[in-house]
Amino acid sequence: MAQLVGAQPALSPTRRRRSGVARQEAIFAYIFLAPWILGFVFFVAGPILASLVLSLTTYNIVQTPKFVGLGNYVQAFTQDPLFWGSLAKTFIYAAVVVPTGVGGALLVAILLNQGLRFTNLYRTIFFLPHLTPVVAAVFIWEWLLDPTFGFINNVIFVVAHVQGPGWLGSPDWALPALILIAFWAIIGGDMMLIFLAGLQGVPPELYEVASLDGANAWRRFWNITLPMISPTLFFNSILAVIGALQTFTTAFVATQGGPSYATYFYALHIYNTAFSYTEMGYASALAWIFFIILIAFTYVQFRASTRWVYYGGEVKS
Amino acid sequence: MREVAADVAAERVTRAATVRDPLVVARHVGGRALLHLFTIVVGALLMVPFAWALIGSFKPETEIKTLPPTFWPSHFVWGNYVQVWISSYFTNWVANTFLITIIATIGAVLTAAFAGYAFARLRFPGREIFFGMTIATMMLPYEVTLIPTYLEYYLLGWLNTFLPLTVPYWLGGGAFFIFLFRQFFMTIPIDLDEAAKIDGADHFQILRLIVLPLSLPVLAAAGILSFIGNWNSFVLPLIILNDPQKFTLSIGLRYFQMQPSGDAMPTDDLLLAGSILMTIPIIAIFFVGQRYFVKGVVLSGLKG
Repeated sequence: MAQLVGAQPALSPTRRRRSGVARQEAIFAYIFLAPWILGFVFFVAGPILASLVLSLTTYNIVQTPKFVGLGNYVQAFTQDPLFWGSLAKTFIYAAVVVPTGVGGALLVAILLNQGLRFTNLYRTIFFLPHLTPVVAAVFIWEWLLDPTFGFINNVIFVVAHVQGPGWLGSPDWALPALILIAFWAIIGGDMMLIFLAGLQGVPPELYEVASLDGANAWRRFWNITLPMISPTLFFNSILAVIGALQTFTTAFVATQGGPSYATYFYALHIYNTAFSYTEMGYASALAWIFFIILIAFTYVQFRASTRWVYYGGEVKS
Repeated sequence: MREVAADVAAERVTRAATVRDPLVVARHVGGRALLHLFTIVVGALLMVPFAWALIGSFKPETEIKTLPPTFWPSHFVWGNYVQVWISSYFTNWVANTFLITIIATIGAVLTAAFAGYAFARLRFPGREIFFGMTIATMMLPYEVTLIPTYLEYYLLGWLNTFLPLTVPYWLGGGAFFIFLFRQFFMTIPIDLDEAAKIDGADHFQILRLIVLPLSLPVLAAAGILSFIGNWNSFVLPLIILNDPQKFTLSIGLRYFQMQPSGDAMPTDDLLLAGSILMTIPIIAIFFVGQRYFVKGVVLSGLKG
């Protein structure tokens, strides 16, 4: 460092010291950031560019990539029946999981925000499903959802005296089964904790004033809680949409996309194309289409949010 | 930290206000009881799968699929746990998962702390751009980079080794943790740094002796989140590892399910025991560091 400072003899002593400090600070910053910059180049920026280039080729690892222009994209939209099918399954899944999951998480958070005794214990219990590794959760649910011996269908039989559905083995019920597993795993998870923090950030005076004005519990929820936590709701919705559209592991372990493609999500299609059929170029194109869809969805949510998200007071922080 | 402290304070205020609120005071005790009841019912429903699996994992093989299902095992069988452990490569999988998880977690926490410090407390040309890029990567779906990074590992000869599951975590630890550390470090008074600088400390020393000791909550939060994430990781080990001895628990258990052990497929009692075994370390970590874990999630959520 000394020689760096000495290299600027023209400056007055104080200015020289200050710019020396600034330079030293910058050098430390780049040293501290060096691992991240390396990681960014090799595992983020590089792969993004490589993926974009690959998506314009056919490449099966063994042979050198062959440039095909936008051929992969055209193929996806016009010749790949699994493309539209998997996209549809993914969106149906997300259309159910996002509203029920976000709503359920909000409900659980509201329950935990009532100042009940044992709240910490309740929170731990609610959080357990989210902690369970996906593979373990799927094994547990496969056993619960066994059409004959499973807990669920036996409960259905005792309560309603009807034979329950075939769940994961049935083309009609496999998707609802995965939705059930997802719902179980997310309503007490991260989203719930984030809602809880949002709820605790609502100034209690607002409720006091509303109560004095004669607002009942429902009106207080609708006119105070909901607007005040709308930024949190927005944040959770974005995360939930991205998470649901990317669903892979549950379906991969539980059904492998079956039966008869009933749970063949888009992420499974990318995986199979890349790693079962080693069509790396086409799989990259599929990944890019997916990326663009995600960006479009997030953009639309941001645009729409200006109409319903209330930023103000302490919630935005 | 300020956020978290504010949270705790807000919680207290809410409680206090709830008690003072005349309507709430006037509310019937029955209302509270009903809320408790509702909470317990929801909690019980969420607990059913795990509890049922825990009980099931002690049932003898013949009892795992009977009609009607028995609630309590006719006699408790510890043998399922022993059998799942000795069958296949379970010991390897546990060791591999611990090794990978610990190495990746240490790397992620350490290098993310360094990057977070730079973003929070140092001025340097390009800071806004670098930080913007960091945040942008949080939005990137893993599908986009999965294939090129796989090819990268293939060219490096890293396939079927632990390197892809550990080395990248030593390179910044991921945007989320950098963000987490930055947010936390920004709440530590900068005057402390100035005092240390006058004493001749450089930024390594400031980070190590002043900032990190004040950051135990966020270190714990990042450590726990990273541990759980790596422990449960599925997609990356799935595409990288193909030698069953090198598997981690998540893909090992799936291999165990699909691969007949000996001449028969593993029965559900063994799969349940394996699932419980895999979940226990996660629950233990969560119980030990629950406070920090919750803070970490909340910190990320409120600032995001």
